[in-house]
Amino acid sequence: MKSEALPWIILFLPLLAATLIALFTLRCRTLSALISIGAIVTGFGLTAVFIAANGFHPAVTETTKEWLKINDGAHVLLSADFGLKLDTLSLMMMLIVTGVGGLIHIYSFGYMHEDRSMPRFFAFLSLFTFSMLGIVLANNFLMMFIFWELVGVSSYLLIGFWFEKPSAGDAAKKAFITNRLGDFGFLLGILMVWGLLGTLNLTQLHDLAQANPALLGAGATTAGLLIFCGAVGKSAQFPLHVWLADAMEGPTPVSALIHAATMVAAGVYMLCRTLPLFNAEALHVIAYIGGFTALLAALIAVQQNDIKRILAYSTLSQLGYMVMAVGLSGPTPAMFHLTTHAFFKALLFLGAGSVIHALHEEQDIWKMGSLKAKMPITFWTFLFGTLALCGVPPFSGFYSKDSILGQALEQKNYPLFALGVFVAGLTTFYMFRLFFVAFVGKPRTEKAKHAHESPAVMSMPLLILAVFAIIGGFIGIAVNYGSQFKPDGESLTLVQQLLEPLHAPAGLIAGLGAVVVGLFAAFSLYKNAETDPLPKLLGPLSTAMKNRFYFDEIYEATFIRAHDALAAVAGAIDRWLLEWFFIGSLRGGTDIAGRGLRLLQTGNLQTYALLFVLGVAALLYFVLGK
Amino acid sequence: MNVGLEHFLAVSFILFSLGLLGVILRRNLLVIYLSLELMLNAANLALVSFSRFNNKLDGQVMVFFIITVAAAEVAVGLALIVALYRRRQSAHVEDLNSMKL
Repeated sequence: MKSEALPWIILFLPLLAATLIALFTLRCRTLSALISIGAIVTGFGLTAVFIAANGFHPAVTETTKEWLKINDGAHVLLSADFGLKLDTLSLMMMLIVTGVGGLIHIYSFGYMHEDRSMPRFFAFLSLFTFSMLGIVLANNFLMMFIFWELVGVSSYLLIGFWFEKPSAGDAAKKAFITNRLGDFGFLLGILMVWGLLGTLNLTQLHDLAQANPALLGAGATTAGLLIFCGAVGKSAQFPLHVWLADAMEGPTPVSALIHAATMVAAGVYMLCRTLPLFNAEALHVIAYIGGFTALLAALIAVQQNDIKRILAYSTLSQLGYMVMAVGLSGPTPAMFHLTTHAFFKALLFLGAGSVIHALHEEQDIWKMGSLKAKMPITFWTFLFGTLALCGVPPFSGFYSKDSILGQALEQKNYPLFALGVFVAGLTTFYMFRLFFVAFVGKPRTEKAKHAHESPAVMSMPLLILAVFAIIGGFIGIAVNYGSQFKPDGESLTLVQQLLEPLHAPAGLIAGLGAVVVGLFAAFSLYKNAETDPLPKLLGPLSTAMKNRFYFDEIYEATFIRAHDALAAVAGAIDRWLLEWFFIGSLRGGTDIAGRGLRLLQTGNLQTYALLFVLGVAALLYFVLGK
Repeated sequence: MNVGLEHFLAVSFILFSLGLLGVILRRNLLVIYLSLELMLNAANLALVSFSRFNNKLDGQVMVFFIITVAAAEVAVGLALIVALYRRRQSAHVEDLNSMKL
């Protein structure tokens, strides 16, 4: 294989950057930013070089260093390499992580310019990039799990970046702990797969499971669902979806990079990577959890007023789509949507960041308005991102969403198809509600009147992402993924890709119909609206949506309360049984024994001599006397 | 009367026991020290008599060494007792109880 060292360099460059910043340049703001940006942009360049040299299907798909091996005689009990897996899936993800991530790094340089601890921010970002690349490149479950946790840590650090705000600290803790719940299941699943199949190497697992799907036996459904737990946590699916909206406490570029484009997609990526391990029942559950999350999040997003929260719930909803696609045995549509979503959701978040920046940290959409003339670049790119997210042809989201709906039809799963269409309509509705309220109409506050366009370092990434949000649907992304999952599929020309959705007109018509209905509803309700008319129309349902269907409150009242009770019992056992009784009696016993033994120490020389003689006599008796 | 090994060993045992009693019961450090020497010489006597009755010279050679070493040891021991007496103005073991808690 050509240029074998390149993937290793790409992986470790961000770690090097993070280390350099943390150790040496914490006081140099610009230098730190340049190191971090340089690392990821170089990574993107090297990825492109590697793909140019080897194509998307390298001859050698793994490059490994032996790392951990446990032998039982000649029999190998556990063997885990530190290895990189190089195929279309990982190479495409590397392009997304370094490409979209690189643009967000550059944008952050403008966005965080005023912040005192910008070097720390860039060190965290680089650490995150390293961890994310590790997940993408991992060739075995163990290594993937390690980087999975590292991603969790960097996400924790970045959500809590403004740790002086209590809400940011709480959100960081919530994200980390919720993720840990999912990861616990993930770890159990990994152990179960290892126990049943005896290997952790993803290629071997893939081949084993494909050669003999019954290999996992009766535990197949359990193992599949346990592994899915990891994705539920990381990709914020119901019932662990509660952390993602709170994670918006982090700086906006973080929301764009981690909580929209890359990290939350890791769950979907992992599912696609290990797809043969899931049997039909597990996939069924996965599909319905994904569909339910998509619907739930879309409903919540309809009544949110914080621009970042709307986008967060929209991310949840789109992740639900992707998971649903995986559950419908459609890894190609899932990865396709993941990629286009990375483009347009990063664009939307960065656009939102640009607005927030211009309006001096104002996030309430009802305090914005009429931004077209003052922020033209942000306005137009945000519009394109919105159109792509809603699935308006020929924007990228249209193609990927259509392929998911097509997958549902192909599997004859009509409930999920109907749900997908309904959520598509809701998506259009809440996104255009956001757009009409925040960007058009009259300026509602003084701040909105004095908005100004962001500097070039922030608007350039917006423009580049907007280009990809527009053309991402027909530049061969789906074909590339297809070549991974269905090796015998044919390659399509540009025009064929443009017209691909016409093959399944039912999905196309339903999807477009939903978009038109959603757009019309949003237009009639929110064009020039001064306040939100929806609460009057929907009554208590609107209140429930606004309060996120009370999930946080329910969890607070049940799980957290139960956990507190359990902690109180454990605390009492520790304090009274262990500390007071056991340790207390041990200490008291030692004390009393010490006081008794102390009497023997008379200090009289001759007593010692007598005892010594008696001892020698006893010894002699035992040695010689018998 | 024929004097055999057992007679020598009996004398050696009596000497050793006297020395031991002296060490345990007497109060004066010098007397205790004398008693210690008595025990040492009881052991010497036993060695010599074994050597004599087994027709081997090993025991006798060993006793020579012991006597030589004991001479040196007495010098050190007496010096210590004198130093202790100078410090405490007493050579009685009851006064030497600074190790008592």
